[in-house]
Amino acid sequence: MRESTLWFWHLIAGIVIIFVLGIHIGVMHLDKIMQAIGIMSAGDVLSYADVLARAKTIAYLIIYLLLMWFALYHGFYGLRSMILEISMSKTAQAVVNWVIFLFGFGLAVYGTYAIIIGYTMANA
Amino acid sequence: MSETNESYKTNFAETKDIVFKIFRYDPDVNTEPHFDTFTVPVVKGWTVLDAVMHIKENMDSTVSYRASCRMGICGSCAMDINGKPRLACQTQVIAELQSDEVVIKPLANYPILRDIVPDLTPLIQNHEAVKPYIIRKDKEDQKNPKGELYQTPDELEEYLQFSYCIKCGACMAACPVVATDEEFPGPQALTQAYRYTIDTRDDGFMERIDSVDKTHGAWRCHFAGACSDACPKGVDPAFAIQLLKREITARKFGKKREPAPIAKQPVNVKRLESVPYPPEKTVK
Ligand code: SF4
Ligand code: FES
Repeated sequence: MRESTLWFWHLIAGIVIIFVLGIHIGVMHLDKIMQAIGIMSAGDVLSYADVLARAKTIAYLIIYLLLMWFALYHGFYGLRSMILEISMSKTAQAVVNWVIFLFGFGLAVYGTYAIIIGYTMANA
Repeated sequence: MSETNESYKTNFAETKDIVFKIFRYDPDVNTEPHFDTFTVPVVKGWTVLDAVMHIKENMDSTVSYRASCRMGICGSCAMDINGKPRLACQTQVIAELQSDEVVIKPLANYPILRDIVPDLTPLIQNHEAVKPYIIRKDKEDQKNPKGELYQTPDELEEYLQFSYCIKCGACMAACPVVATDEEFPGPQALTQAYRYTIDTRDDGFMERIDSVDKTHGAWRCHFAGACSDACPKGVDPAFAIQLLKREITARKFGKKREPAPIAKQPVNVKRLESVPYPPEKTVK
């Protein structure tokens, strides 16, 4: 795969993160302001009932899956870029690539599982 | 103070004693580099190259440096002057540096051949790798062109600035990525990749892509802008690299371009009487 493809997704991921993280910050941390301007009411951040109510929605599922996948891709691509900037042998570069890929992929699988389980349990 | 220095002081109305600290290193002789100090009566209007030549001619003939045109054209005299890569023949000692001490080192990020002479092999190799020439689809046409290729002034404008590169290597010495990543082609080569890719007469994008769209290629540029700051010819390599990224992305999403056709002979155009004809060929 050409580097431009990886880099292009890095940019796309950055844009998606700004968008979904914006929703997360708005709902979870600026909820009072959001409610004051009448945009959305996510309820209390820490109350069990409100957490459950949020976790039941499909929007919650999609937003957190997107945030997790794109943040992982963005972060791990950035980490790879920084590490590969140090001059090293081709073998060492291949090792870096595989470790980054496997670690990122493993976390994505685990994160997907956790988010889907949370959604299923909330709806059970 | 030597006799020559004294005579400079009497022969030139305005001189100022400036201390030059010159990096000395001969890999065959020295294990460690050191600095030699020379006090030079700098004449108003002298460039750093004038002062270095004065040192070589009158004070220490073993000082090695590289220069040729002495007018900012050949790119040979680039060196690190008071912490910044510059052309020595273009840097005024008194008016520009405004310091009583001038420290001269070889350009950073290159192996050192001797004293302030860097080994520019990495620059030349990276430059060569991007195929810095017009490539035509029709190879026969490339070898034996049938005529001039059509290009408008606006199309020329697209790459003109980037064609002013004199391969001095100052940008490479300033680049933080070149400093850490041995495989990064550097601002000079990437700029030339863009310069030829965007030339409407060229059709070599696919032949050039592998040398720039790779892990250590254009995408590793941090856009620190140090290269553009250092470039003595206003080429703006940092800008060219961003444009190169845009061009690669655009081509990825289907942007196509047919290389320029052979220009038609203009019709109904009269030659201005005032324009002289070229001289007769001297070599048949
Ligand atoms: S881009 Fe500028 S600094 Fe770099 S080699 Fe060309 S002229 Fe020198
Ligand atoms: S001597 Fe040619 S650029 Fe300075």
